[in-house]
Amino acid sequence: MKVTILQFPGTNCEYDTEHAFKSLGADTEILWHKAQSVPSDTDLLVVAGGFSYGDYLRSGAIAKFSPVMKAVIKYANGGGKVLGICNGFQVLTEAGLLPGALKRNETLHFLSKHHNLKVINNDNTFLKELNKGDVVNVPIAHHDGNYYIDENSLQELYANNQVLLKYCDEKGNEKNPNGSVDSIAGVCNKEKNVFGLMPHPERAMEKLLGSDDGVKMLQGFFQA
Amino acid sequence: MKIVVNVFLKAGVLDSQGKAVHHALESLHFNNVSDVRIGKQIVMNMNENDEKKAMADATKMCEELLANTVIEDYTIELVK
Repeated sequence: MKVTILQFPGTNCEYDTEHAFKSLGADTEILWHKAQSVPSDTDLLVVAGGFSYGDYLRSGAIAKFSPVMKAVIKYANGGGKVLGICNGFQVLTEAGLLPGALKRNETLHFLSKHHNLKVINNDNTFLKELNKGDVVNVPIAHHDGNYYIDENSLQELYANNQVLLKYCDEKGNEKNPNGSVDSIAGVCNKEKNVFGLMPHPERAMEKLLGSDDGVKMLQGFFQA
Repeated sequence: MKIVVNVFLKAGVLDSQGKAVHHALESLHFNNVSDVRIGKQIVMNMNENDEKKAMADATKMCEELLANTVIEDYTIELVK
């Protein structure tokens, strides 16, 4: 299992992400945004969190024109697995690899805390180790995590089981921290090889640090 | 020539910043404000004499980078 992790100027979760996947037994490589291609042995490409290009203009807006993104789009369109976490999710929506967009949080506050998430669909690589309705506790840390999608596209997401995770309380009742449409925290593309979520599973790898629920999430990428 | 691009959230997409500023204006007793929208303005000086070309380029810039058309609308103004 080889995990390649993208690094833009301003990315700051690449080493956490590397640590998380290494602890699960993966080989990892951090790929600078000037690379022209994705390493051919890549099994999973992660667009890590942070503040690529200082969030200038819009979160993820400038990163989508980095040299490496052409290769990422080609990799994704060829069926390669891609995971975008936080700013990575924003980059993937900006690049058109995932539907919708991420706006400023409704409260206008930067949110940094643990939050519960409910598994909505698990018929995909990412969440197959979990059951529908499972509640996981994972940190969120974002200013622009307010997921928006128009009503028609939202219905398509539901019809294709593309809604992965929703924000909830500890009992699984919907609880919305940032104003996201239908409390959506993560989605995938129609082909189910590109995944994006605002919460940080790579920061939930050890009970000692609050939660190890990220293990079950990231492990999904390991079995075929 | 100068091109001024204004980018706003689409009508129907909640503008939280506009709403917060609206509340603040009300607390300052400006009760005659019915709606506040906050956007951004991008001012570009272009080395271009052909107005049509400048406008066409600016439209492309908006579609590809300056606005996210999933959530935002834009206007382009040419200032002579």
